[in-house]
Amino acid sequence: MLAETQPRRLESAPGVANLAVGSFVSSVPELMEWGLRGSALPRRRALTLRLGSVLVFLGLWCLVSGLVVLLELFNPIFLPGPWMVIGAVIELGAKGQLWVHIASTLERVAVGFGTGAVLALGLGLPAGYFRAVRNLVEPVVELLRPIPPLAVLPLFIVWVGIGEGSKIGFITYATFFPMFLTTVHAVRQIDPLLLRAAQSLGARPTQLFRRVILPAALPEILTGVRLGVALSFFVIVISEFIGAEHGLGFLINDGRNFFLVPQMLGAAIVLGLLGWSGNEALRLLERRLLRWQHPG
Amino acid sequence: MIPGPAKIHIQRVSKAFAVDGRQAPALVDIELEVAEREFLCILGPSGCGKSTLLNIVAGFVQPTGGTVLVDGQPIAGPGADRGVVFQEYVLFPWLTVAGNVEFGLALKGVPSAERRRTVTRYLDLVGLGGHAAKFPVQLSGGMKQRVAIARALANSPAIILMDEPFGALDAQTREVLQDELSRIQRVEHKTIVFVTHSIREAVYLADRVVVMTSAPGRIKQVFPIKLPEIRDRFAPDFTQYESEITRVVKEEVAKVHE
Ligand SMILES: Nc1ncnc2c1ncn2[C@@H]1O[C@H](COP(=O)(O)OP(=O)(O)OP(=O)(O)O)[C@@H](O)[C@H]1O
Ligand SMILES: [Mg+2]
Repeated sequence: MLAETQPRRLESAPGVANLAVGSFVSSVPELMEWGLRGSALPRRRALTLRLGSVLVFLGLWCLVSGLVVLLELFNPIFLPGPWMVIGAVIELGAKGQLWVHIASTLERVAVGFGTGAVLALGLGLPAGYFRAVRNLVEPVVELLRPIPPLAVLPLFIVWVGIGEGSKIGFITYATFFPMFLTTVHAVRQIDPLLLRAAQSLGARPTQLFRRVILPAALPEILTGVRLGVALSFFVIVISEFIGAEHGLGFLINDGRNFFLVPQMLGAAIVLGLLGWSGNEALRLLERRLLRWQHPG
Repeated sequence: MIPGPAKIHIQRVSKAFAVDGRQAPALVDIELEVAEREFLCILGPSGCGKSTLLNIVAGFVQPTGGTVLVDGQPIAGPGADRGVVFQEYVLFPWLTVAGNVEFGLALKGVPSAERRRTVTRYLDLVGLGGHAAKFPVQLSGGMKQRVAIARALANSPAIILMDEPFGALDAQTREVLQDELSRIQRVEHKTIVFVTHSIREAVYLADRVVVMTSAPGRIKQVFPIKLPEIRDRFAPDFTQYESEITRVVKEEVAKVHE
């Protein structure tokens, strides 16, 4: 009997693998809880950890690019060390060019994202609240949404030319959908009892909108806005690859043309820092506006 | 039996809901007058239409037949003359306790000094004087419901509609809030329609208790409670009412389980 069962167990190796995966997956909630409780870490320790991870990353980068030079593994131009990248950024900054590029990227993001946000909220709030508006707007959105924004960039260029219009329009187009959908959802998930409570306290429709619907939808709307900002930095680069004379995306592409890898990496890092600061600024705003969720 | 002129007149109200394309009756021919300053409790088996009736009086739900008159005028939707306290502690989570209580006054454009006075008065009345600056997430269930009651009162509606407001509370908190509500009513003299599943609660609070039939809801019997204003839950005539009403409610609950 025993001899018979043993090989079967071996045969069920896939099952064992499944089990291993299963036990890993089942620990995900645990991991998440751990992550969620992460904020309970003492502030100083959390900061040290974050700084530490950045330093370790930079250290590894130095090590690898240093080894490339020392052991002559391949042409070090492919993997410049952090010092070279920082040098390139400082050089660009000193020549005053960097600020022009940053400014034009930021301007495109601001205008493109701003327009996207205004459209998304302007359509999303009524579409969330009025079924008729939703039935009117949603089918079109659902039809267009699955098309990757990249696929329509050439179209934008054909329609409005290769200048600022297509770049800004592209960001607007790309950021509109996630912000519109989160806004609609944000309004639809509002507890109807909140509306009833306000109505029986005497709220008229405009008051209902301003004093209940907006604040009740705000948390989710802000999440959508954060998504939109992240997406703006994501797509701006691509549109700046094509027919741009300024912008961080242009710097990257320019770096490729002239084989200036430090400039490419430098521009990419500046982009990353900009996106990160945008996100942090919004999170700060969120924390202020939504203090009621975690008071005290 | 009605001590004053009718404040609310529920006139032959019926309600049917469309279920799978058919109209399923939920309320049939409800005829009920609630006097000014009266405390009326509604009892009945689960699903008999108590919430539906209250929602119709609040103006949230349109009846399929009949009308609801308030001061002789048919109601048109929800309004500040009929405050509502829900079972689910419905507070505006983004407003502080004070912000919640003054919500109705702010809508009316009442100046802030006066609003603050009113907030203080009603928070004291419900025993939450020190909690004005807190947010709802910081409150217990019982505290939230006190805020909801203060919010309804601060808006000075003539009528307050309450749908199992203490239903989700533990027995001790529940009795404390019953005591408070009874004390408040002795000061405020509102016209109150109060839905509950607790017969004890109904006898403790009500001037009249209405027992409804099992679904579709009709009025089965009305019990005027002739007990002193301040009631003793262990007095013989209290328990007498309790057992009398229990018997009638049980008949209907039994029908649900047939
Ligand atoms: N929006 C609705 N659509 C369809 N049917 C409904 C709707 N609201 C209530 N009903 C039905 O009407 C009947 C009465 O419901 P109601 O909520 O008024 O009962 P209730 O007496 O308050 O019950 P409970 O004591 O459990 O709160 C139930 O059969 C319910 O299924
Ligand atoms: Mg109910």
